[in-house]
Amino acid sequence: MALRSTDILTQTPQGLYCPLGDFHIDPVRPVKRALITHGHSDHARSGHRTVMATRETLLIMAVRYGEDFAGSTQEAPLGESLRVGDVTVRFTPAGHVLGSAQIAIEVGGTRVVVSGDYKRAEDPTCLPYEVVPCDVFITEATFGLPVFRHPDTRGEVRKLLDSVALFPERAHIVGAYALGKAQRVMALLLEEGYDKPIYLHGAMERLTAFYKSEGIPLGETPKVVASEHSKLTGAIVICPPSSIQDLWSRRFPDPVTCFASGWMRVRARARQKGVELPLVISDHSDWDDLCRTIRETGAGEVWVTHGQEDALVHWCMTHGIKARPLHMLGYGDEGEAEETPPAKEDAGETA
Amino acid sequence: MNRFAALLDRIAYEPRRNAKLRLLMDYFRHTPDPDRGYALAALTNALMFKEAKAGLIRGLVEERTDPVLFRMSYHYVGDLAETTALIWPSPGHESVAPTEGGRDTGPPSLGHNNPPPHVPTITEVVETLATTSKSDLPAKVAGWLDALDETGRWALIKLITRELRVGVSARLAKTAVAQLGGFEADEVELIWHGLEAPYEDLFAWVEGRGEKPESGNPAPFRPPMLSHPLEEEDFEKLDASEFLGEWKWDGIRLQAVAGLASDGRSVRRIYSRTGEDVSRAFPDLVEALNFEGAIDGELLIVRDGRVQSFNVLQQRLNRKAVTQKLVAEFPAHLRVYDILTEGDEDLRDLPFRERRKRLETLVARIDDPHIDLSPMVAFSSWDELAAARSDPASVGAGPDADAIEGCMVKRASSPYLPGRPKGYWYKWKRDPYIVDAVMMYGQRGHGKRSSFYSDYTFGVWRDGPDGEELVPVGKAYHGFTDEELVKLDRYVRNHTVNRFGPVREVEYGKDRGLVLEVAFEGLQRSTRHKSGVAMRFPRISRIRWDKPAAEADRIETLEKILERGEKEIHPLKGQEPEGQET
Repeated sequence: MALRSTDILTQTPQGLYCPLGDFHIDPVRPVKRALITHGHSDHARSGHRTVMATRETLLIMAVRYGEDFAGSTQEAPLGESLRVGDVTVRFTPAGHVLGSAQIAIEVGGTRVVVSGDYKRAEDPTCLPYEVVPCDVFITEATFGLPVFRHPDTRGEVRKLLDSVALFPERAHIVGAYALGKAQRVMALLLEEGYDKPIYLHGAMERLTAFYKSEGIPLGETPKVVASEHSKLTGAIVICPPSSIQDLWSRRFPDPVTCFASGWMRVRARARQKGVELPLVISDHSDWDDLCRTIRETGAGEVWVTHGQEDALVHWCMTHGIKARPLHMLGYGDEGEAEETPPAKEDAGETA
Repeated sequence: MNRFAALLDRIAYEPRRNAKLRLLMDYFRHTPDPDRGYALAALTNALMFKEAKAGLIRGLVEERTDPVLFRMSYHYVGDLAETTALIWPSPGHESVAPTEGGRDTGPPSLGHNNPPPHVPTITEVVETLATTSKSDLPAKVAGWLDALDETGRWALIKLITRELRVGVSARLAKTAVAQLGGFEADEVELIWHGLEAPYEDLFAWVEGRGEKPESGNPAPFRPPMLSHPLEEEDFEKLDASEFLGEWKWDGIRLQAVAGLASDGRSVRRIYSRTGEDVSRAFPDLVEALNFEGAIDGELLIVRDGRVQSFNVLQQRLNRKAVTQKLVAEFPAHLRVYDILTEGDEDLRDLPFRERRKRLETLVARIDDPHIDLSPMVAFSSWDELAAARSDPASVGAGPDADAIEGCMVKRASSPYLPGRPKGYWYKWKRDPYIVDAVMMYGQRGHGKRSSFYSDYTFGVWRDGPDGEELVPVGKAYHGFTDEELVKLDRYVRNHTVNRFGPVREVEYGKDRGLVLEVAFEGLQRSTRHKSGVAMRFPRISRIRWDKPAAEADRIETLEKILERGEKEIHPLKGQEPEGQET
């Protein structure tokens, strides 16, 4: 007889916990054994005794937190079933950022999939999402409202290039999260034929170098030198979102403030941040993709971790799928105000 | 429509006035008649559609979407036009529609039997909206919404609902047109009321292809002169002897203009501060305009020679029908303080002191009980004026003192300049009342604040059946900086104990809660509020992160204010009255 889903996975203050395997997934506090879906700082934290994740995610954590970010680590090769305690786990690409994976937990004929953050849109910097059929699907809902429909990213990048052509005397300062988004923008620019150097804020450097070392072409990406801000006429500069309005970016020639984020879909959002050129580029699923993914997994039950839980739960219920919100904290409150904290290297990479 | 949509879209993201002006001029220069004229009409709010309203849009989108998802989305986005533009189900999109219809699983609605989507021009939109019958409108508008992209839909809805809100004033749009031909905005302003959309004669004139259009209006509106608030540090810089004082009346700023038409008939108009013709609302006042010229003053209600409170004035406003009874019960009165023109003579370049003399002579000649002069307040030092301001009754305001909300301070040499020029006119309002209250609820804001918890309901202590309890006494959504908003928003999110749609209840009690210092202009008794009082124009003057909730004020503090000024108290409506240069 199949187990109940709550026997396989429960909610604890540390995050989602699997009692039969005795591990947490993406815990927000240090635990004995952590399985990590991807390297964003709200999911991958340092200080766990053992960490299991994909090779890329382990390397990203080492880049961010140092080699000793966990007591011990274990690589989870994509697609391979691994025994942890009384359950079997399997990591499958989630299409979110380099190394991101969904984690399927199987026991007694029941399969629960923790998707982490995921997207269905094409991304030249990571493996595409793979649908994993399951009984219980655990999804995020960062953009879980039907007003969020991400447009084709190429069109957004062309918007940036058109603006660069229109204002050759100004510098374009693009706010983008240091892990994933920044490199995706670089790769997209390259694909659209942009062959000039793309200048980087210091906070972007190490992760960009890591992406390149993984064989992802990102073009020439010099770091902005403090004394040369004023010389970067016509340049594209990528920096953390928190830097687009601070003094650092004001020193460029008549800067055009751009921001690459799914939030840019909502006009008031862009205006609140003083963004002049909003670029709707997201590493999360939009509404249609969230709904499509839930259908494709065939799950009879859906748990919604964070974001606009209520709307997605409502959609599931009206489509005959059992669903409940987890109201999980620590992954960006409603995914809304997460961009305001002061930027460390990678503050709030959830959009 | 796409071109107009692109203009609105770019302007909406552009904070700099000069850049907006450049975008507008660029649009007017490169867009043909009559499209640009209808765009100008939309930007100056000169369009009016009888049948097409926000309700039509709401009806259309509600038919096509799940009501719960629509409501959640609207709360999140905070703007009907944008929510509709984004949520509108395009062919091929799933997962929005109500499930009953099974729409979301159906094939794309663009079958081969349908004509290709037709993107309308702005002219087509405006003309169709003006001529289409109410029953045919929904299908027409829905067809446009299907054909347009998100930005196009957004602009179309803004156009229909007449709420562009992209940070362009009518004045700025007129300035852009004027500058096409190197003219001043005022030249357009003076002939504006004689013009009609799509303004082909106006564009012909500024482009040097036609004659200047006749004003056609012997009683045109002229932009009023506005003032700056007087700040503490201004007193050191300003020399009291160079200024004249007046009372600041708690009424509505009006411009009354009368002139002779070409057939010798007297044309009389009353304009609001923004140039809206409100003559029809004040037939009693129009009748009194037995002169030729333009005067500037405050609309008040005067009964038995005594100015009534703003609360009373509001009962005369916003009425659809102006009945005999209304006029008799709430007689309109114009208390004037400036003169712009007399006969053919433009007096605006004269110093204020000179204009005042001309005004006094004119008012004496008008000799009508509906119009009188706003008296001067004599003073020789700022301290003396401060004393007058704190007790108007003692320096001649008599029984009208309750309708005074402070002083106006005007440079004696000041010309009458449109807009808010620096260094000439100042308003010096009475100090607000202050109370320390505890935050009880946070609500998501709209527009610029959408999805921030930016509207706060606060309460004060009173004795309840189980000891002291907080009772809500008001709600405020401004007074704080953007940085403080971020902190308040985070406070609400981190201290939520209950969620009610867009509203969150936060923690509060004797030993927890956030104290807000609230400033307000007045209080009145209210049956609609649990506490029995309603605040006028409340705002957060300080956030008291340091103050324990138990030390916030009690309801008795408000009761005392009420008793002190039971009669002076102002209206319920949350808006700052549009008195002299608010």
